Amino acid sequence: MEMLTGAEILLRSLEEEGVDTIFGYPGGAVIDIYDRLVRTGMNHYLVRHEQGAVHAADGYARASGKVGVCLVTSGPGATNTVTGLATAHMDSIPLVVMTGQVPRGLIGNDAFQEVDILGITRPCTKHNYIVTDVEDLARIVKEAFYLARSGRPGPVLIDLPKDIMGMTAPYKPNGEVNLRSYQPTYRPNLRQLKKVLPLIREARRPLILAGGGVVLSKGSEELTRLARKTVTPVTTTLMGLGGFPPRDRLWLGMVGMHGTFRANMATSRCDLLIAVGVRFDDRVTGDIETFASNAEIVHIDIDPSSIRKNVPVSIPVVGDCRLALEILNNLLEAEELDQMDEAHGPWLAQIEEWKSTRPLAYEQGDVIKPQYVIETLCRLTRGDAIITTEVGQNQMWAAQYYHVDKPNSFITSGGLGCMGFGLPAAIGAQVARPDKLVVDIAGDGSIQMNIQEVATAVQYGLPVKVVILNNQYLGMVRQFQELFYDRCYACTDMECAPDFVKLAEAYGALGLRASRPEEVEPVLKKGLGAEGFVLMEFHVEKEELVYPMVPAGAPITEMLLV
Amino acid sequence: MNHSTNEKHILSVLVENQPGVLARVAGLFSGRGFNIESLSVAETTEPRVSRMTIVTKGDMGVLEQIKKQLNKLVDVIKVVDFTGKESVQRELALIKVHARPENRAEVLRMVDIFRCRVIDVGTEYYTVELTGDEGKIGAFLNLIKPMGIKEIVRTGALALGRELK
Repeated sequence: MEMLTGAEILLRSLEEEGVDTIFGYPGGAVIDIYDRLVRTGMNHYLVRHEQGAVHAADGYARASGKVGVCLVTSGPGATNTVTGLATAHMDSIPLVVMTGQVPRGLIGNDAFQEVDILGITRPCTKHNYIVTDVEDLARIVKEAFYLARSGRPGPVLIDLPKDIMGMTAPYKPNGEVNLRSYQPTYRPNLRQLKKVLPLIREARRPLILAGGGVVLSKGSEELTRLARKTVTPVTTTLMGLGGFPPRDRLWLGMVGMHGTFRANMATSRCDLLIAVGVRFDDRVTGDIETFASNAEIVHIDIDPSSIRKNVPVSIPVVGDCRLALEILNNLLEAEELDQMDEAHGPWLAQIEEWKSTRPLAYEQGDVIKPQYVIETLCRLTRGDAIITTEVGQNQMWAAQYYHVDKPNSFITSGGLGCMGFGLPAAIGAQVARPDKLVVDIAGDGSIQMNIQEVATAVQYGLPVKVVILNNQYLGMVRQFQELFYDRCYACTDMECAPDFVKLAEAYGALGLRASRPEEVEPVLKKGLGAEGFVLMEFHVEKEELVYPMVPAGAPITEMLLV
Repeated sequence: MNHSTNEKHILSVLVENQPGVLARVAGLFSGRGFNIESLSVAETTEPRVSRMTIVTKGDMGVLEQIKKQLNKLVDVIKVVDFTGKESVQRELALIKVHARPENRAEVLRMVDIFRCRVIDVGTEYYTVELTGDEGKIGAFLNLIKPMGIKEIVRTGALALGRELK
């Protein structure tokens, strides 16, 4: 049998998993791995901060549907991945993050750059491993990838003591993974699905609520088929954006705290809610007691613990979202559903009225409105770009005004709400999809949280475009302060920011600025058309608010409107 | 969901005998705000599998989440909930009780009535070994308390399902 070092076994195992792209940052504990890594055919992207590496791997995973891979050193390298792990964990993104560790003999000694990363990351990974025997290494890598991508996906961390990377062992490729304690349910219970049929037949005000599970399971087509066949309107969560074609007449926009009026009203008034791949986050439900309180709720999800965690459910269905929708659609083929248009006519008319009386709206005056920038961006790119966002107002306006056409195109930190996510995620998405236009929609606050990654994009010639909506505030917090804290703008004033145009130039990239409404379109056109990395800064209305807004914990029908 | 009860439940959790598995289970309970009344762990007949017996408190909705979250842990093989099932439950307690000449006879009488044993004798203290369910141990402690308890250690409940007769 072939004898290899630990580092070689690690890399060989990664190759077996089809890995060709790694985002990382070297250091003492992983120097042996890097020494061998450069001799493989794998592409390594050197980030400027380990948090950027995890977010980039995350963006890569979301844009490609593959497992994102990240390699960092021990101690601070490892702790810098924690925010990225938590982000991926909340949004169920498949990652394998490898961290260096001090040699086994030093573990527990408070050695240089030692940290108990297993202990730290236990609650924010799907699973984690430390390799204590070189003979376990290949198996652990295999299991890590299997766990990351199967069932409800998530990040898996492997801690790699330095001495093991230098040890020699026979290498044997591993076969199939079989863990007796981990057997996700893909195929839903047919009896449960059959119970949905009469509900669909009898409902007069049905609604589909689609979440990230639809995107992750590649279930968009089946979702669209179900909606059209049963003439059922669809709303999505933030994570579900792109899971349903936004130009379809059945599309209601996003639901929740900053959802559209019609989506929130429909959720509240529906008599049947078919929830697919969602977890009923508090930003979606608002007040739990009044959420969809008139509806029978069908909940399809691969994670049993998502079901009945927050809301009572009439029919739980555990299984893969795409598969469950496909089976449901096939069952519906046998049903007489010709009169659905008629039966749901009044309901659709009601929704149309909500839409026409309370549309998403803003008024473009003398100062640039952030919504106008995004609407223009959407028009110029025909909704065909991959959008990443930072977190805050920029994220909500992006969700409201940029209508991505396809799944895996709206990449945002939904659960954790992680500022600084968008730029590195855009880098990862661009690596995954070199053919696509990738745009990070950012605020002036969050872009500064991982601004150092501009250097990464420039180094690798990644033509990511960044749109900074600069309102010189931490806008979302300021919005809360304006509405609920008597306009006491405590520590949300960000007057001192760098000159973003000069900053871009300092990194060797193109920087553009628009200060007046008539400059918005020319700047976007020039920036999007330019080669390479571009930073575009838009001086927007300082105190613009995201509307609608549901105060935290209120029923989602109690919206503050423009 | 039923929020009306807040009673005790005994869960028997079979886990892969891996380093860190106890931390995963304990972390799950603390991280999600679940309650652990007691917890005991040891190997089963298969050395690679350990059994954890966890006593927890909560309504049926909370209990359902606890079971689902436990099952989600990769190292958890099986979760058995003894709620509403026939099971035998035992707990072991070691109690160091004051045994001065004037109350020694009373201590020994209690030991006899409760069918426990004195396993260590000193000039001032007896150490008593007692097994039983929670009720029995509680009753013994109540009765012995006036004599003065110096120290006590309890294993927490252990449980196994009853065989059908």
